[in-house]
Amino acid sequence: MSRLRTHLQSLLDRQEKALGLFITSGFPQRQATPDLLRAMDAGGADFIELGMPFSDPLAEGLPIQRSSARALAGGITMKDTLAHAAAFTASSDTPLLLMGYGNPVMRYGISNFFRDAGSSGVQGVILPDVLPDPDSPFFRAAAEHGVDTVCLVSPTTPTERLERIDELSSGFVYAVSVTGVTGSDTGDQDPILDYLRRIRSTIRRNPVLVGFGIRSAANVRAMVSAADGAIVGSALVDFVGALWDDPTLGHQDRLDAVTAFVADLKAGTKR
Amino acid sequence: MHATALPYTLPDARGYFGAFGGAFVPEILVPALEDLTRAFEEARHDPAFQACYHGLLRDYVGRPTALTYAERLTQHLGGGRIYLKREDLCHTGAHKINNAIGQILLARRMGKTRIIAETGAGQHGVATATVCARFGMPCVVYMGAEDMERQRLNVQRMRLLGAEVRPATSGSQTLKDATNEAIRDWVTNVRDTFYIIGSVVGPHPYPAMVRDFHTIIGREVRAQLEEKEGRSTPDILVACVGGGSNAIGLFHPFLDEPSVRCIGVEASGEGLDGRHAATLTLGSPGILHGALSYLLQDEEGQVQLAHSISAGLDYPGVGPEHAWLKESGRVEYIPATDAEALEGVKLLSSTEGIIPALETAHAVAGLARFAPSTRPDELIVLNCSGRGDKDMATIAEAL
Repeated sequence: MSRLRTHLQSLLDRQEKALGLFITSGFPQRQATPDLLRAMDAGGADFIELGMPFSDPLAEGLPIQRSSARALAGGITMKDTLAHAAAFTASSDTPLLLMGYGNPVMRYGISNFFRDAGSSGVQGVILPDVLPDPDSPFFRAAAEHGVDTVCLVSPTTPTERLERIDELSSGFVYAVSVTGVTGSDTGDQDPILDYLRRIRSTIRRNPVLVGFGIRSAANVRAMVSAADGAIVGSALVDFVGALWDDPTLGHQDRLDAVTAFVADLKAGTKR
Repeated sequence: MHATALPYTLPDARGYFGAFGGAFVPEILVPALEDLTRAFEEARHDPAFQACYHGLLRDYVGRPTALTYAERLTQHLGGGRIYLKREDLCHTGAHKINNAIGQILLARRMGKTRIIAETGAGQHGVATATVCARFGMPCVVYMGAEDMERQRLNVQRMRLLGAEVRPATSGSQTLKDATNEAIRDWVTNVRDTFYIIGSVVGPHPYPAMVRDFHTIIGREVRAQLEEKEGRSTPDILVACVGGGSNAIGLFHPFLDEPSVRCIGVEASGEGLDGRHAATLTLGSPGILHGALSYLLQDEEGQVQLAHSISAGLDYPGVGPEHAWLKESGRVEYIPATDAEALEGVKLLSSTEGIIPALETAHAVAGLARFAPSTRPDELIVLNCSGRGDKDMATIAEAL
């Protein structure tokens, strides 16, 4: 069992659900990331997904699209992101994952990327446009360097495919809440809960964490009634963006606000 | 030149042309792509579908399109005999409708009720809006905000045809961003929506499917050359390449014949040291819009902005089959600049009385460069992929 999987299991064993948080590397400023990661950690994040910005992020709604564009305009590089990851994992036991798209990884060199991610303490990688395939160079390199590959499932995924994805995913399975991009309006929660219960009866090897469009502690609380955890991305990105755009706030005020925002979400995971 | 295995049967079962192609998409789309692959395979072998498709090509599109001997252009360039495959005479003014017809028939066969598309120059958007009007289906076309400005006439045409044109305002506000928006729409509405992709790009099975809906171009050329010249095999084929649909439609039926030289002309914009869209000439392998192909990108793997005077070629990617045909050496790819394309417009207009689209004008520019060194007994076919009406504002401004 991987470190990420063990970490999630220890939460579940004490009747707690996991809160994952996504933030784009280099957003809102190139050097904001280390402090932001610490602030999220202090708020009680159970793991953090650090987004690797890409110019053409197909699965992202506007908040994460804009955050990526802003990070890239600020000059963020893959090396910076890996350095941010290494600095964070050196000072915290909270698992850090990288999330992004296949092309920047391919350009960096697939094998080199997973080697450097592993040596930066990164426990898992999520690439929404790289489909699960044990023969793909992405999955081979991840296995070689001991990095988990978290695969996604969606409301359209048929049962046989859920089983295969459960076989190939490591760390957890990322259940996309609705057909849509990140930050989508999820509408009525009942169909999502039904879907989560349905897939959890098929996905037996991995915990199932749900993401896309989860914006509040109330959303988190509802979702974890049918999942092993919830992931919040766009809402945090929006919140952080607004903090940094408010000139009346000092640096520490902003970080404190992030910690409080995360603590509020985390409360939604506890019984 | 690497050996290309004959007969040419790519892509493989996983959608790869050599190292290129595949499907790099959000999981949400996987069942939709599998359904599409299945539906397309069934349709290919269904005589009723084929009869319907070819009937519409004949009675609605106006096929077969003419193969016109370009007598004065041939004299002017002083080399081989030049024929023009007149896709500009298709209904809606370009080859794009061959594919739009094929895909909307598939959409209906699959029970989809809503159509989306992306467009650059607007030709694919107009073709899609046209077939949606013809079949009474709602249609949303994503178009870069900058392209909507450059191709105002086509925006008006699409609206008149009943389509909703949604501006893509992110990034470069051109075809790349319109494609991102269309894919995001598809991800959101995948259950009832069919995405009619306009070129041989995107995830498997699109590159092969779009190609197959355009190979009618090359197959007609074969029959028409037989009739006019008593030989079914040309010596040289030339076509412009943005995503590469008109080029693959012309080339593909001849790829098994090594004696047929195929030349694709890319847009090199301001020149190869300036802003350009010469993906195969200067790009490198990468993933964009669901496929692994050549890509204009920086050292971080961020997609770079393409530039061409032609909105239809202004794209930083290219179809994966072209990436393979370049790597295998089977097709040569050469660049032509904005300025050369404008000369191409003037050349074809003044010698043949045919005003080509700016996309097509790149092929004319490439032809003008190599044709003088060909022998008079060589047969050259240029794919006259579209007409220039839509570009008159751009052309008038530039000349």
